[in-house]
Amino acid sequence: MRTLKFLLRKEFRQIFRDKSIVALIFIMPMIQLIIMPLAADYEVRNVNLAVVDNDKSSYSQKLISKVIASGYFRLQGYNDSFNEAFTLIESDKADLILEIPHGFERNLIREDKQKLFVAVNAINGTKANLGGSYLSSIIGSFNADIRMQLVQQPRFSQFPIIEVVASNWFNPVLNYKIFIVPGILAILVTMVGGFLSALNIVKEKEIGTIEQINVTPIKKHIFILGKLIPFWVLANIVFTIGLLLARLIYGIVPIGSLLVLYLFISIYLLTVLGFGLLVSTYCDTQQQAMFIMFFFMMLFILLGGLFTSIDSMPDWAKLITRINPVRYMIEVMRMVILKGSGFMDVLPHLGAVSAMAVLLNGWAILNYKKTN
Amino acid sequence: MKQFIAFVRKEFYHVLRDKRTLLILFGMPIAQILVFGFALTNEVKDSEILVVDYAKDNASQEIITKIAASRYFKIRKAALTHTEILSTFQKGKIKAVVVFPANFNDELRHNNKAQVQIITDASDINTANMITNYLSAILLDYQNQINVNIEMPYQIIAETRMLYNPQLKGAHGFVPGVMALVLMLVSVMMTAISIVREKETGTMEILLVSPFKPVLVIFAKALPYLFLSLINVSAIIFLSVFALELPVKGSLLLLFAESTLFIITCLALGIFISIKTDSQQIAMLISLMGMLLPTMIFSGFLFPIENMPYPLQVISNIVPSKWFYIIVKSIMIKGLGIQSLWKETSILLGMTLFLLTISLKSFKIRLQ
Repeated sequence: MRTLKFLLRKEFRQIFRDKSIVALIFIMPMIQLIIMPLAADYEVRNVNLAVVDNDKSSYSQKLISKVIASGYFRLQGYNDSFNEAFTLIESDKADLILEIPHGFERNLIREDKQKLFVAVNAINGTKANLGGSYLSSIIGSFNADIRMQLVQQPRFSQFPIIEVVASNWFNPVLNYKIFIVPGILAILVTMVGGFLSALNIVKEKEIGTIEQINVTPIKKHIFILGKLIPFWVLANIVFTIGLLLARLIYGIVPIGSLLVLYLFISIYLLTVLGFGLLVSTYCDTQQQAMFIMFFFMMLFILLGGLFTSIDSMPDWAKLITRINPVRYMIEVMRMVILKGSGFMDVLPHLGAVSAMAVLLNGWAILNYKKTN
Repeated sequence: MKQFIAFVRKEFYHVLRDKRTLLILFGMPIAQILVFGFALTNEVKDSEILVVDYAKDNASQEIITKIAASRYFKIRKAALTHTEILSTFQKGKIKAVVVFPANFNDELRHNNKAQVQIITDASDINTANMITNYLSAILLDYQNQINVNIEMPYQIIAETRMLYNPQLKGAHGFVPGVMALVLMLVSVMMTAISIVREKETGTMEILLVSPFKPVLVIFAKALPYLFLSLINVSAIIFLSVFALELPVKGSLLLLFAESTLFIITCLALGIFISIKTDSQQIAMLISLMGMLLPTMIFSGFLFPIENMPYPLQVISNIVPSKWFYIIVKSIMIKGLGIQSLWKETSILLGMTLFLLTISLKSFKIRLQ
């Protein structure tokens, strides 16, 4: 125990000696937490629309102004032909084309039926998809207006209509910041813990100081603990500052219990740090350690369910997400902070990260022995 | 010149000797393109939803069958009360609840109007939005089905065409994005670290006092990484085409030329970072922790840049991978040529020159 105390004192001193690293550890994540949520936004607005109005009738004018008035579309201009509008799509100046065919108004009245053409730039799915479906719903409501005007409507609908009443719980106004901030905080804390711990042992290897530790009678697990605890403390501080920032800047107040949140984060951090240490024990240079961490960090982040839904992944990828600690962290952050989930709700997640923590740290200790 | 070649050769040996790093260097981008190409999609499918059927009549049963048949949903049926819905959401698995009120069929057939309630867990907005869209489409489809004999007057039909990507594959957007991300980070990190490492171990001083021009030392160090990155680009393009079935509609030659330019931009950024820092740890923290999320988010492949607040749109312009993402997407999927890409190309070129100039400037200062 006394050895551990000395080791810890040494490690802390070592970390805090390099002021620029300490500044990076605290300031970089915070700046990112403040800025990134502003950028991560899928909301349907500012969808760029090119209009090809071949009809130039009062109906086509009404439709276009209804679309613009919705506030979700930004008119990029009227084009004379589809091809001309298509060049706007090619240069990413437009996301959607609405083409109104010649004789739209006349045919609609005479033949009771008329088509409209919508073309969607489908390379980058979400925005175009949401924009496209929004445009169709505006066309639908325009259709209803026209019908109302032309037909003397009875008071009750003549045919069965299903009305959809949608309510969005936990984030009723669909604020993207509330959705993204807890996830980004989870990722930042993971990076701080993971990168620092991965570089640590390997740095000693590279400089050669690890030889000196190896010839002392320090027990392996004490040595690993000595490496682990300082980063655990640092990451917890970063997490706490992050929570405060989320509250001050984005007004996100955890609905669930902070105790549950901290219980989870403390075990989760052991998993992340254990992983970093494990990588560290396998590598000879900081460069190698970094590349490996980079590889896993990207996998963890992109398969973590923050940017794309885990449900929609193929089965093998879902299996990967089961051993992805970041996925559990992001889920628990959302559960506790946004939904007010309690201890029993996050118990399965807690179990998963605990198992990983034991496995990874055990493995790191065993593997460290070998290099001795 | 002879000196330079000898030096480059030395650097090559140096890089190629480290088999483990090489393995990581080549294995990593390939694995990432494959995993992300297949796994990332903006679609939502197999979402678990609850159906609360207070009606239990023909209409509600038919709709439930329709929902169950769609690949978007997995139904967990339960007779829940509203208070139980909250605790179900809090457990996390269920993404939405569909509630059919009692007498659903009666209302629909006799009053011609019935309501269905969709409650989503909007702590995950993307999924919530998509689910509401898909469910509404299924309900509308059912409504049209029972109305098939009733001729709707004055009907406007919107025909939608999906350009470039009719099957709506996620890979079309994600692969060029991941390519821009991986290439950038790998190139920046490799150069930054390898130069800083010489500084840290003290061997840089030896190189600098040699009669060899310091600028050439730096170039010689960056050259092997340019070469390795080009092999990586080839592997990534090969996999994108043959494993992920992405087209290369434009010129392959142009794609390679642009990739080379982008890699040089990244190497220049790496050189810049290495000149400004003194320890591998700081170089790493800057190039990895400082750049991973911003590159990911500002490239435009995850979130549309036009949606960002104006100052951030301005910031996104200094992220090289944003321009490379546009270039790759344009050449591979849209089949555009250089005449449409001169702007992006000259921006990358400008960035490269700028980074190299200020790097060399500050490098000279260090020598004095």
